[in-house]
Amino acid sequence: MPGCQGCPQSRNSFERNADLVVALAGNANVGKSAVFNQLTGVDQIIGNWPGKTVERAEGTLQYQGMKIKVIDLPGIYSFSTYSMEELVSRDFIALEKPDIVVNVVDATALERNLFFTIQLLELNAPLLVALNQIDLMERKGISIDYQRLEEILGVPVVPTVAIKGKGISELTEEIIKLGEQKIAPPEIKYGKEVEQRIEKLISLLGKIETFYPHRWLAIKLLERDGEITRLVEGLDSTDGTVVRAAEELAEEIERIHGEPSGVVISAERYKIADEISRKVQKIRTEEETLTDKLDRIALHPILGYLAAVGVIGGLLVWTFILGSQISGILQNALSSVEQYEPVVSGPLGNIIWNGAFTGFVAGVTLVVPYVLPFYIILAVIEDSGYLTRIAIMLDRGMHKLGLHGKAIIPMILGYGCNVPACFSCRIMETPKQKFVAAFLVSLVPCTARTVVILGLVAAFVNIWWALALYAFDIILILLLGRIAFKVVPGESVGLIMEMPSYHVPSAKVVLKQTWARTKSLLWVVFPAYIIGSAVLQAFYAAGLLNPLNDILSPVTVNWLGLPAEVGILLIFGIVRKELTILMLAVIFQTTNFASVMSPVQLIVLALVTMIYIPCLALILCFAKEFGWKKTAAITVFEVTFAIFLGGIVFRMLSLIM
Amino acid sequence: MPKEQIEEYIEAIFDIAGEKGTAKTTEVANRLKIAPASVTEVFQKMARNGLVQYEPYKGVSLTTKGVEAAIKIKRKHRLLEVFLAKILHIAPEKVHAEACKMEHSISDEVGDAICRQLNAPARCPSGKLIYPCEKGIETCNQCKETLEKDASSASQRKILPVTDLKRCQKGTIAFLRGSSKVIQRLSDLGLTPGTEVTLMRKTPMGGPIELSVRRTALAVGHDIADNIFVEAAGES
Repeated sequence: MPGCQGCPQSRNSFERNADLVVALAGNANVGKSAVFNQLTGVDQIIGNWPGKTVERAEGTLQYQGMKIKVIDLPGIYSFSTYSMEELVSRDFIALEKPDIVVNVVDATALERNLFFTIQLLELNAPLLVALNQIDLMERKGISIDYQRLEEILGVPVVPTVAIKGKGISELTEEIIKLGEQKIAPPEIKYGKEVEQRIEKLISLLGKIETFYPHRWLAIKLLERDGEITRLVEGLDSTDGTVVRAAEELAEEIERIHGEPSGVVISAERYKIADEISRKVQKIRTEEETLTDKLDRIALHPILGYLAAVGVIGGLLVWTFILGSQISGILQNALSSVEQYEPVVSGPLGNIIWNGAFTGFVAGVTLVVPYVLPFYIILAVIEDSGYLTRIAIMLDRGMHKLGLHGKAIIPMILGYGCNVPACFSCRIMETPKQKFVAAFLVSLVPCTARTVVILGLVAAFVNIWWALALYAFDIILILLLGRIAFKVVPGESVGLIMEMPSYHVPSAKVVLKQTWARTKSLLWVVFPAYIIGSAVLQAFYAAGLLNPLNDILSPVTVNWLGLPAEVGILLIFGIVRKELTILMLAVIFQTTNFASVMSPVQLIVLALVTMIYIPCLALILCFAKEFGWKKTAAITVFEVTFAIFLGGIVFRMLSLIM
Repeated sequence: MPKEQIEEYIEAIFDIAGEKGTAKTTEVANRLKIAPASVTEVFQKMARNGLVQYEPYKGVSLTTKGVEAAIKIKRKHRLLEVFLAKILHIAPEKVHAEACKMEHSISDEVGDAICRQLNAPARCPSGKLIYPCEKGIETCNQCKETLEKDASSASQRKILPVTDLKRCQKGTIAFLRGSSKVIQRLSDLGLTPGTEVTLMRKTPMGGPIELSVRRTALAVGHDIADNIFVEAAGES
């Protein structure tokens, strides 16, 4: 974040209103969120792929009358400036100075995790190690001498199986103990060549005061960390002597090793991590694991593609089939409770109540049935670890869009809801890739749009036209992605991704996850349905709809060939896409849309709705991630493009249907 | 005082007085064509550095350290004379002057390399003995053999992109190329030079490869993997 070096604390606002502040830090996909959920009882989304936690989550834990604030930081491998998450995490630890940092460590990959532990020690973080996934570790034939590790690191080590809640109470006790009595962890020394230069720099740093420890600053300067170099340069009263010295020392290291100094220091750190691991860890010979066996299929040249297509296609088909079944049952059940024919005359109270009820019924019958099955299977796929395999199989294709395999993850999530999918685009490395991926996500038909496509086209034209719309959308994504790749400036980097081991999805996790997602949907969505529906009903009764529709009619009637009444729907659709179809029922006073619109009109309306704009929530998400300028550009483009395309499709379909 | 000048003095003393004798100030001054007063001053400095013993009015003699330095420089000088005459075919009358200049700038390593290249000559073109090197070896053949072994093992070291490994073949990372950001990321994930990696799997059509490093599995895009160079081990 340029221009912010002088005041790094402005990056985040953090309120410290607790007796103890505990931050969870560690590599991606080691179980931080699981530890967090166990400690706080909050349902932070967890899943078996690296990069789910993009934003730090906060929760509180009440323990023995103490209020403990727990912060779940995004998973990172290092404190370099490779990604925003790394910057955010290191600043949180250095600047907010949490009382305790719990370093969640994956016991099955001790070396790589210790590589990060060493960096936490360098930051002088008050550390506690949670050695997680010890069940998996044992199954992999690894054993670790916890006490020895504790002695070497000089900080408490607690073995845990967070997903099952094992070791959590011990962890909590250690947190309290450490909160009362701070311990100073040992300084970790590098090899002579690097160590001498670190010490030289520390002595030069002298009076320069930052939020970071001197030793850490010296190491970062030697690594040529851009942000830290600028920070020190700005504070140096001796006219850049320190930075120049750092530059010379880094060059010396590079001359000796023939590698960039950052790589040399990483290699040294790994040497230390390897040494510690060798002392505390025993590994029996490894057998072929379940992961190896499954990957022979999942990453097979032919079967792998079939599996990927099968899983994504299966997810959608399952959603359609199960969704329409449940939808039908619910519709019957609810219509027997109360008639939901729109009321447009009589007392205002009645009109609004009726509108609100219609909204509620439509939400229950049209949205929930599709959302629930989707999220259940999505949670299963996420938890299994398979998402990363799809990413690998489709990497090559995504390259054509200037992206790489990881971008498929937000897109699959996008079929559920575009908003979390947009946030998850942070797993992409460069700003360009993040933006292109988010743009494409906005074109992925989410469950809301699925509801519209199914409700209009599959129900009243036929299922093939609905599937054709889906296929058309995928082609559109590929084409626009290719264009965006050429148009959007910036650099692209290739795929580097950790591959988690598979595990059998736990029913508890899957259900919790599904509930967490559905809950957030219900909280936001139902009020929108109910209020939107009531407002529309009121508008209608007040005779406000026709003037609005008239203004829009050159587009809706003349260009798109739709009934004038749908004009208002496209506006409501900006709030929530499903409102288009819900309101259609209100306006035409029927749910049998075939009686009021021709098949061509239904297809065109579904197509325009599918593309024309992400909903309000996504617009806000875009604004947060990319700023208003880019958001406005995307919004205007998608609206114009959808209308343009809708008119053409209307004319073409009119010829054949 | 420049190293070159000191070496000239050492050589002069060694030529006049040999290993144990004493050279008079005037003798050295004549040989180097320098005023005796300046020579005395240099002797005092050299004495402080432990290279000579200096007694006013009597002269200087080399210490053990001084003798070692003298032998080293003579060895280089004479080797260079052979090199200039035999390999570069420089006219014999110019050889001495050229060697005098070059002897100060080449390292011991280069001196030894010239020695091996010339098959360890015993004498310089004017017939003076070339002193042996300081390596703990018995014969010059031995030196040549180790050199050849080093050279052939270097050429046998197979450095190749990790994408050229076969399935399940191991390799040791030699170096990484690419943008500094990517290199940093790879090394942060454990792919540091000297680390053993196993190619677990390739995906078709130039898709990512799967590497096993430090008991973690990493998927790396083909373009990036092409820039990870490894020394291949035998297949397993």
